[in-house]
Amino acid sequence: MTTLAYLIPVALLLGGLGLSGFLWALKSGQYEDLDGAAERILIDQDDKPER
Amino acid sequence: MALEVADAASALPSIHEIKLASRALGGDIHQTDLSVPAVHCGGCIQTIEAALAKLENVEMARVNLSTKRVSVRWQGDEVPPFFATLSRLGYQAHLFDPEIHEKDKTLSELIRAVAVAGFAAGNIMLLSVSVWSGAEGATRDLFHWISALIAIPALAFAGGIYFRSAANALRHGRMNMDVPIAVGVSLAYATSLYETINHGEHAYFDASVSLLFFLLIGRTLDHVMRERARTAVNGLSRLVARGSIVLRDDGTREYVPVAELMPGMRLLIAAGERIPVDGDIISGNSDLDCSIVSGESAPKTVSAGTHVQAGTLNLTGPLTMQATAAAKDSFLAEMVRLMEAAEGGRSRYRRIADRISALYAPVVHLAAFATFLGWMIASGDWYRAITVAIAVLIITCPCALGLAVPIVQVMAARRLFEAGVMVKDGSALERLAAIDSAVFDKTGTLTLGLPRLVNVAAIDPAMLAIAADMAAHSRHPFSKTLAGLGGFAGQPKLESVSEYPGCGIEGTAAGSTWRLGRRGWAAWKARISGKGTNGGTVLTKDGVIVASFVFEDALRADARAAILKLNEQEVSVQMLSGDTAAACREVANLLDIRRFVPDLLPSGKVERIETLATAGHKVLMVGDGLNDTPALGAAHVSIAPASAAEIGRNAADFVFLRESLLAVSLALEVSRKAGGLIRQNIAVAILYNTIAVPVAILGHVTPLIAAIAMSASSLLVIGNALRLEGFVRDAPTKTVPNDGRSNSSGLAQL
Repeated sequence: MTTLAYLIPVALLLGGLGLSGFLWALKSGQYEDLDGAAERILIDQDDKPER
Repeated sequence: MALEVADAASALPSIHEIKLASRALGGDIHQTDLSVPAVHCGGCIQTIEAALAKLENVEMARVNLSTKRVSVRWQGDEVPPFFATLSRLGYQAHLFDPEIHEKDKTLSELIRAVAVAGFAAGNIMLLSVSVWSGAEGATRDLFHWISALIAIPALAFAGGIYFRSAANALRHGRMNMDVPIAVGVSLAYATSLYETINHGEHAYFDASVSLLFFLLIGRTLDHVMRERARTAVNGLSRLVARGSIVLRDDGTREYVPVAELMPGMRLLIAAGERIPVDGDIISGNSDLDCSIVSGESAPKTVSAGTHVQAGTLNLTGPLTMQATAAAKDSFLAEMVRLMEAAEGGRSRYRRIADRISALYAPVVHLAAFATFLGWMIASGDWYRAITVAIAVLIITCPCALGLAVPIVQVMAARRLFEAGVMVKDGSALERLAAIDSAVFDKTGTLTLGLPRLVNVAAIDPAMLAIAADMAAHSRHPFSKTLAGLGGFAGQPKLESVSEYPGCGIEGTAAGSTWRLGRRGWAAWKARISGKGTNGGTVLTKDGVIVASFVFEDALRADARAAILKLNEQEVSVQMLSGDTAAACREVANLLDIRRFVPDLLPSGKVERIETLATAGHKVLMVGDGLNDTPALGAAHVSIAPASAAEIGRNAADFVFLRESLLAVSLALEVSRKAGGLIRQNIAVAILYNTIAVPVAILGHVTPLIAAIAMSASSLLVIGNALRLEGFVRDAPTKTVPNDGRSNSSGLAQL
């Protein structure tokens, strides 16, 4: 019974974290262009890191 | 493709038009949304974004590959030349109206609801599994309390969609599928809460939340499908002017939006622009393409004094006209009014799901009530009676029924989407499955509304090549056809070419004067000698005819095959046209259409359809022109090609993007198949209920049995809907031929 006292909150917290992560991604427009995102990874950008 | 046909006819939008369609983002930054249908890969993204970003004053350009749109942010008063840049790169772009963005809100609300319901259903199900496997006493109570807490946001947020819809239906005295869902879910929650407070054994939190989750998935898929179709249709080019250049009395010119054009204003219409409002021409000669307005296939020559209708396309020369009507009184607005007045079978149609739930909900609620009364009489234990009655409500909650229809329609719409047919909403599929007669428009629907040269074989290739070179300088549809036939390299080089609007094209080459155009104008020597005055298009050298061209309207690809297929599908086909009887008879003979009516006004088409409807027929209307729009609205269900005018595309239930007319018979085939699967699915759901309800009434249902039964019936229904995919897999090869390319297979080969 004591294990439940922390296991259930932990489980719910992790689930809630996933949910809020998804809602954040949705809100910040990351699902608006799924096809484009798949292609953009192949595009070379010329913003190389400075050394 | 038909799309390109429509695009080619319109010039690039003017700077004024771009400004009008942009929205201000504060400061002096504007955002313009463009629809670029040709974007298809990562390379396109890079090319477009790089090229647009290099333009002066462009702050940011972003391509959305999924919706095939580009949004450009720019600053200052000057509009950067992004249309020219895009067309140089080979991409056709259209302006996109910003107000359509509003629609996306429903989708994100649905997705958020699915996420919340999914989270809640998953967690509650985990807790329920421990209860089913034997958690007892305080542990079970704890789990029930936690479940009750998790269910609250799911019910409030995800359930809200159903509660609102059910309340709305009840307020209007109607019944829809959401009413029994809302009642079942909220009663299940209420009793479970009561159970939990009294340390009871059976709580249905899992059932009520997972029910919402399943149903929301179906609803979201349905919405996504429709949204995709709508986006694709909205991205097509605009065939109505946004505004026009007004010539003020003091000689200044100003770009005025269509809505602000007043009778009496003088308007300048450049070649390639559409006439914005009805009016009379003051000066200028030109040819007008009226096909989209009246259904006439041949362009009309106009000069000072001619009355012109809104929506016609000015082809060859600039015109000055005086508006005689405001936009709201013009031909276009008249069509919209006729359409609204004609709104026939569509508004009266009730969707299958709604018709079933009108029967289903009262039966289920009565059964639950009867169960309650029965247990009260038999045992006298009101607590037991309520628990069993609620169990009946939960087990009959139309999870499978709620999914049975939308899942099949989503599969069907996806199948049609792949074949280039956009479905506006699910009820369109139901209505299409019921039709027994089809009415076709001629120009632009059965035919392409594009001329085709019939006597190629009889023309000297050298003469054809000269004609093609000359024709490349004009927008006239005959010229465009001729220009596409060039290629011979030995012809003399043209030196100066000029176009005489309403007459033809003149050029000089190797010391002689060549004219391509109307016989009476080009062959001035023949005219003097009095022969050959019967019209037609000719090529002359120094006034002597060297070649004459005979044009016919080209049939749409697979028109004949599509009509045959429709006959096989036991649909009677008719043709209604605004064109002349002779032109109609020819097309009707070629396509084996036995019944046709020529010379119809827009209201005449509506009347014909209403006559058919009162005779008990369910009519499918296929048409593209502005003159077809009222008929599209009046018919039981309607289909328009992508080249149709905007209001036609908006009025139609289906829009097909490819050239082949087989899209019509494919849509019919898929919708009939879908109708069959929907009936099967409903039968499955009813069968499930006839088994489950007696068990529930006898009081043997526990939360575990309810959860298993509901999921099993939902999976069964979804599995059955997926069979549409199997049917469809062998269909594409025979039903989707090459899209485009078939202009050449015109009348002669049929």
